[in-house]
Amino acid sequence: MNTIHNRRVVCETLIELSEKDRDIVVLCSDSRGSASMAPFAEKFPSQFIETGIAEQNIVGIAAGLAASGKKPYVASPACFLTTRAAEQIKIDVAYSNTNVKLLGISAGISYGALGMTHHSLQDIALLRAIPGILIAVAADRHEAKRLTEAFNEYTGPAYMRIGRNPVEDVYDSDDYDFQLGKAITMRDGNSLSIITFGETVKTALEAAELMSTGGIDCRVINMHTIKPLDNDCILKAANETGAIITIEEHSIFGGFGAAVAETVVQNCPVPMKIMGIPDEPAVPGKSREVFAYYGISPENLCIEAEKLIKMKKNGW
Amino acid sequence: MDKYGSLRKKAAQIRRDIIDMVYRSAAGHVGGSLSETDILVSLYYCVLNVDPKNPLSPDRDRFLLSKGHSIDAYYCVLADKGFFPKDDLKSYSQFSSKYIGHPNNKIPGIEMNTGSLGHGLSVGVGMALAGKMDNKTYRVFVLLGDGELAEGSVWEAAMAASNYELDNLTAIIDRNGLQITGKTEDVMRIEPLAMKWESFGWNVIHTDGHDFPSLCDAFSKKNIIPGKPTVVIAETVKGKGVSFMENNPKWHHGVMNEAEYKRACEELDKVPEVCE
Repeated sequence: MNTIHNRRVVCETLIELSEKDRDIVVLCSDSRGSASMAPFAEKFPSQFIETGIAEQNIVGIAAGLAASGKKPYVASPACFLTTRAAEQIKIDVAYSNTNVKLLGISAGISYGALGMTHHSLQDIALLRAIPGILIAVAADRHEAKRLTEAFNEYTGPAYMRIGRNPVEDVYDSDDYDFQLGKAITMRDGNSLSIITFGETVKTALEAAELMSTGGIDCRVINMHTIKPLDNDCILKAANETGAIITIEEHSIFGGFGAAVAETVVQNCPVPMKIMGIPDEPAVPGKSREVFAYYGISPENLCIEAEKLIKMKKNGW
Repeated sequence: MDKYGSLRKKAAQIRRDIIDMVYRSAAGHVGGSLSETDILVSLYYCVLNVDPKNPLSPDRDRFLLSKGHSIDAYYCVLADKGFFPKDDLKSYSQFSSKYIGHPNNKIPGIEMNTGSLGHGLSVGVGMALAGKMDNKTYRVFVLLGDGELAEGSVWEAAMAASNYELDNLTAIIDRNGLQITGKTEDVMRIEPLAMKWESFGWNVIHTDGHDFPSLCDAFSKKNIIPGKPTVVIAETVKGKGVSFMENNPKWHHGVMNEAEYKRACEELDKVPEVCE
């Protein structure tokens, strides 16, 4: 069981990058602890800015820094950062096209029992409707490293969604082909596809393994970049497997499943099931418990897969 | 004509350009544009280190129009300074024009997109912080409306600016006392304004926002107190220079008819420095 948090890896990678790139500035809103950014603040005090608990201000300040040649990374809880400061993200970052990197910490339901104030289940829906922001999520610590490096190479507004707790590895190392906007097929298959991102990539892989014992050959796609979507990969999956399950640690309204469906329904309609958090304050609990409660478990995904395959065969 | 006479003449010309542009386009926020005109003329012709030929020079002073709706005066000043051709403003607010009704950083000389109130000061804090980090000597000026001060984000930024000891940052309040609904003090009381800024740790300067010697003095480096950001509270008249617009909230974004346009032009053409 991996015990290294993705947020810690993001911090370590930023420290590595900052040794050479002195334009990197990390900003926290009384969040250096929860963002695991304290080591950065200690190592590079002159490249670290504390704004106190003021999300609107932190995003505006970051935009001003970026407009003056800095490469700011705002590390703040995703729930507050994306909704409290939504307008600063829309205007000061996206519309003004400033090179601000937003690191949404403890996203999704990873704050667990703290409840809906601390859950971030609207951020993808909100941000993907704003032109000009790249949105990405790492599936494990190895991908967190690659994603952070890619963010530093990418010029423009971008949002990285990061969970709170350590997640199990889905890669053996960080030595693999990673490109922003290019989804990764983790497991090939032709019966149906599961397309997901972040922590639930692992769940999808476990589900696919379970399905294989029943003769279902499930493709698993890690769509680490949610905007821009890898439409080619989605349509290939639709064409070749004829059924798609999406899984997201997010509201099922307007989020990742909706984004995939927009592509599928307009180009290659196939039966789909959108799995995620329904229209309610999410039940409190540990991530795996909450996922299972909402049907995101290997066992239930097998049942959903069988339903979709049946629909596909019956000409839905 | 002395320096301040030239500034008065320039301001009268800019006001005339504003009136022409907003009449031609039947759009704009004329009241606040006329109240801030003398502030902008002081900054762009007397204070700011900016070069229209090199608008992104790293050492330039930064100006942010946080009260972004008062774009008319800003466009007319930038065009007059040569950041873009004056003729470009013929497309102001027209279909597909980049000269929209709020600042747009696709236009040379404009640093950031603004228009939703309460954003500019935070961005200015970021620019001033970057200047300090890089040991640059540029200054950052942010012009805010007085109605805008009801936005909580302004005070987040005010707190941060003094916390970071940003003496390279100057906020300017266009204190015309009116907002779209009426008097600021009736809509949401913002007084005692100077005390508020003082208590947030700012160096507060009060000035007549239409008097060029006072404005240029207020923006001068000699008034900087090391370790403190400065706020200039500029007392202004909304609609300044056009009698029937002055102090009338109707002209926040009113559109002139032909008779009103002619009358406004006549009044602005009578400014003594224009007649000289």
